[in-house]
Amino acid sequence: MSAEAAERTSAKLPETAPMVRFDKVTKSYGSFVVLDQLELDVAAGEKVAIIGPSGSGKTTVLRMLMTLERINGGVIWVDGEPLTSMPRNGGLVPADPRHLRRMRGKIGMVFQHFNLFPHMTALKNCIEAPCTVLKLPKAEAEARAKDLLEMVGLGNKLNHYPAQLSGGQQQRVAIARALALRPKVMLFDEVTSALDPELVGEVLNVIRRLGAEFDLTMLMVTHQMGFAKEFADRVCFFYGGRICEQGPPDKIFGAPENDRTRQFLKAVLEAT
Amino acid sequence: MFWDWQFTWEILPLLAQASIITVEATILGFLIAAVFGLFFAIGRLYGPKWLSIPLTGVIEFIRSTPLLIQIFFIYYVFPEFGLSLEAMTAGVLALGIHYATYCSEVYRAGLINIPRGQWEASTALNLPTVKTFRDVIIPQAIPPVVPALGNYLVALFKDTPLLSAIAVLELMRTAKIIGSEDFRYTEPITLVGIIFLLFSLIAAGLIKLVEAWLNRRIMRL
Repeated sequence: MSAEAAERTSAKLPETAPMVRFDKVTKSYGSFVVLDQLELDVAAGEKVAIIGPSGSGKTTVLRMLMTLERINGGVIWVDGEPLTSMPRNGGLVPADPRHLRRMRGKIGMVFQHFNLFPHMTALKNCIEAPCTVLKLPKAEAEARAKDLLEMVGLGNKLNHYPAQLSGGQQQRVAIARALALRPKVMLFDEVTSALDPELVGEVLNVIRRLGAEFDLTMLMVTHQMGFAKEFADRVCFFYGGRICEQGPPDKIFGAPENDRTRQFLKAVLEAT
Repeated sequence: MFWDWQFTWEILPLLAQASIITVEATILGFLIAAVFGLFFAIGRLYGPKWLSIPLTGVIEFIRSTPLLIQIFFIYYVFPEFGLSLEAMTAGVLALGIHYATYCSEVYRAGLINIPRGQWEASTALNLPTVKTFRDVIIPQAIPPVVPALGNYLVALFKDTPLLSAIAVLELMRTAKIIGSEDFRYTEPITLVGIIFLLFSLIAAGLIKLVEAWLNRRIMRL
């Protein structure tokens, strides 16, 4: 980490350096600004829920962290290192593939539409990356994958193909697949939005378990306000590419200060 | 008599012999077409500009010129540049490269139909590009286009008589020789037609089997 960044870190969070830091990060498509000078620190082990209306840039935050979107300005820091650039000669230059791969290894992501590999069984989905990326021997990767699939309640579905599983089961496989690489940061992008209502609970339960048993930093974009309230340490309300309001769930859901937050929560409550 | 059965039985072994050459040329040519076609498609879709632009030009050029001219070019003109190939090798190469350009369009369709989420999941799992193609993208891109590839296998097979132009002793060439020696064309040419029909039907049947096998193996959402 650069001296300047270290200084700012200590100024903001005296105890621990943040696991993730967005430093004036800007993202735009042409003239449309999705994220405007975003500043966001997430401490190690912290669970942050990101809420907001569609088009507010919430998903983009996660996608940039997973290096699925190019950033147009600013720096994202993960675990003390810049994500898409690397320090050289006192400045930052664009990261080479090796640096990118190393940094991506710290992050896991679960998608709205699962994105499992349809031609691989649940088990194969979970060992593909450990075998090729971490170069684990097959037996070890399989043992690890079995443990994880067991943990998400799918120990009896190892040899099922995604098409043979329900949406909730597929999403749990996707969670196990991401965990198999032992990331430090987990990103959940509307992971229950594509599920039938009766399947939402089983996926949220798995995430609750992760929160309790793993030392993971979590960022989740969610429309499940009840879950965000109960699970998150902090809630960030995004509006128009900025964090409009953030704070502990009790405050955001109980006594929001911002008008937009109030309007949004009122609209969401009316829908349920 | 219009049809001479005794003559038919006499020339059948010769034609059977020649059909081996035809089948060989088909299999080897299609192997080249299938492999090069995939590389053409990937290079054109995902390669850097210095590769994809010239590749597009080459593919369009090959697709827009007659196969017969390409066969002649490889057989008669390449030696001028110091590359002398046997007739069979030159013919197979020309067939293979020509059909590779058609196959590349087929692969292209298969590749661009892979949902973006598969690429994103591969990135999120940190899979290297080569592994992403080999383990994730290609295994999903090929099964849906097997029928279209199969059509080109049959088309390539039916284009093998063009190799008779550079004296490859395949079916057509053999039939012509028999005809000119005995002044009877009816039997050899008809037999060649029937042999082609038989092999085409067999190939179509095999493609159906491969399709069914892949459909059983590959589970799609």
